[in-house]
Amino acid sequence: MATVDIRGVKKAYGATAVIHGVDVSIRDGEFVVLVGPSGCGKSTLLRMIAGLENITGGQILIGNRVINEMPPKERDIAMVFQNYALYPHMTVGANMGFSLKLRKAPQAEIESRVQRAAEILNLTKLLDRYPRQLSGGQRQRVAMGRAIVRDPQVFLFDEPLSNLDAQLRVQMRTEIKELHQRLKTTTVYVTHDQIEAMTMADKIVVMHDGIVEQIGAPLDLYDKPANQFVAGFIGSPSMNFVKGKVRLGADPRLVTDSGVEMPLPAAPGLTDGRAVVYGLRPEHIRLDPQGVPATVVVTEPTGSEILVVARLGSAGQKGQEITCLFRERLSFAPGEVIHIAPQPGLTHLFDEATGNRL
Amino acid sequence: MANVTATEPSPSRSFWAGIGQGRHVIGIVFMLPAAVFLLFFLTYPLGLGVWLGFTDTRIGRAGEFIGLENYQSLMGDSLFWLVVFNTILYTVAASILKFGLGLWLALLLNENMPFKAFFRAVVLLPWVVPTVLSAIAFWWIFDSQYSIISWALIKMELISAPINFLGDVANARASVIAANVWRGIPFVAISLLAGLQTISPSLHEAATLDGATNWQRFRYITLPMLSPIIAVVMTFSVLFTFTDFQLIYVLTRGGPLNSTHLMATLSFQRAIPGGSLGEGAAIAVAMIPFLLGAILFSYFGLQRRKWQQGGAD
Repeated sequence: MATVDIRGVKKAYGATAVIHGVDVSIRDGEFVVLVGPSGCGKSTLLRMIAGLENITGGQILIGNRVINEMPPKERDIAMVFQNYALYPHMTVGANMGFSLKLRKAPQAEIESRVQRAAEILNLTKLLDRYPRQLSGGQRQRVAMGRAIVRDPQVFLFDEPLSNLDAQLRVQMRTEIKELHQRLKTTTVYVTHDQIEAMTMADKIVVMHDGIVEQIGAPLDLYDKPANQFVAGFIGSPSMNFVKGKVRLGADPRLVTDSGVEMPLPAAPGLTDGRAVVYGLRPEHIRLDPQGVPATVVVTEPTGSEILVVARLGSAGQKGQEITCLFRERLSFAPGEVIHIAPQPGLTHLFDEATGNRL
Repeated sequence: MANVTATEPSPSRSFWAGIGQGRHVIGIVFMLPAAVFLLFFLTYPLGLGVWLGFTDTRIGRAGEFIGLENYQSLMGDSLFWLVVFNTILYTVAASILKFGLGLWLALLLNENMPFKAFFRAVVLLPWVVPTVLSAIAFWWIFDSQYSIISWALIKMELISAPINFLGDVANARASVIAANVWRGIPFVAISLLAGLQTISPSLHEAATLDGATNWQRFRYITLPMLSPIIAVVMTFSVLFTFTDFQLIYVLTRGGPLNSTHLMATLSFQRAIPGGSLGEGAAIAVAMIPFLLGAILFSYFGLQRRKWQQGGAD
């Protein structure tokens, strides 16, 4: 177990810079999730920690040792790949014990460590199988077993669940979290799925276009996104963004281009006429007869809740579409006008130009 | 197999409609051209060759069935046994060299390097050039007086007199093997390169993280995963080499002292210039057991290994 410090790390392929100076500090035993859309540099960062990519600039430290120039095998890390990367010509047992075999560990030790890892992961009966004979979830577990057997300082996961079906993904998510609670090994986990990030992480690092947008505990990111990107990325369904101008007065309002008015929360630095983006999570919208009118476009009931896509403004008024999530059993017809209001205190304001939280 | 039962054709349907409906009949019709082709150009010559081996046919004179007489005389023919030895030596030495050098070249070409496509194309050249042409080039390279190799070595003052490449027993064997290796490497290298490219890079990455050195990655990842392709490629390579004719015929015609005579060249020499079609055919037929041996070897080598098999519990 060890801390991991990423200090001003940069990565460039030739003249193309893909990571522009990232600072993350990971405590011993912490479960950190790097999350972001495709191409944001999260996998590259993970591969730099693993030693599969060179570090163009900055430093990475594992347990206070700078590992920039250290070959992968001396870094004492284990990685689980997206496609599992199991050796197809080796049995499950041989796959898991391969690193020990290369280290020339005694056969008895290899066997006992593989056995122990297999017990943790419920793989004991599969040790003599070949990867081809396993299901996706089993392969995933073998890949984790291979990491556990090594007893490394840091676990690295590179989108380990994206090749599994939705149901199995939820199950493996729980298993990985359980495993971390049991082993308490420092873990860096890369995913593009914000739900995985929210449910598993102690700390989330949101990346976008090679920079870190925000670092924080899952609920902090949800409650106080630092900017419009994080606000839109964290949370499902995504946050609604309504563009408009501030109108100060006794009752401050946001006025959209189409003339719809929304109640405005108090925020410092608001000046009359300032262009802002108003952020409103679908689950923080409630029905209110005194609220803003909106015209229903589509409804998507799921049983436990109902998703309503509506156009702000009454019929004919070409307002912006927003998504609302209601927990009640409701039924609306398309074209019906409903009245909605944001739950007080649960709205967000961003500067239109910079996207930063106000 | 599609287990489709054809619907019972109604009696009123015409004959041609019936053919159109019957999957089996139409299948056979489509297979017919290929079957005829194979029968005439493959089965018939092979059968004729085997038959000729049991006769004393000479050119211009139909022979009679003489049973195993041709084979009996070959058993006591010391030249035949020398030729068998030559062929095995030629095949084994050339195949081992082709495998070693071909694998090495494939590994090199699999690395990231500039002008990769260009180099891959260049490697194929020896295979693209007609064998007879390259054999003639080698004939010049191995010339006893004008050889460029001798010339270069003399200029470098490594030797004082030209090497007698094709005039000396050991030199001649080495020379024809070298020419065959040169010609055979592209096939091995490109096939193995194709095999190397099917190995997922993440396996190498995983092995690197597991602490494998370059040699260990080759030994534990590359080689085992390449083994099915190695089996196919080397079987073909052995078959091509064992039946080689053109290179030898152009370079040495079997000389000196029959030291480079192979079964294919001896068979031709006895049958066509020598006129003994029966005996020549018998020599050619005598190659079959060796080739069958090579095919059996590949059959067992090719058998899907356990790890290649799919799911079933």
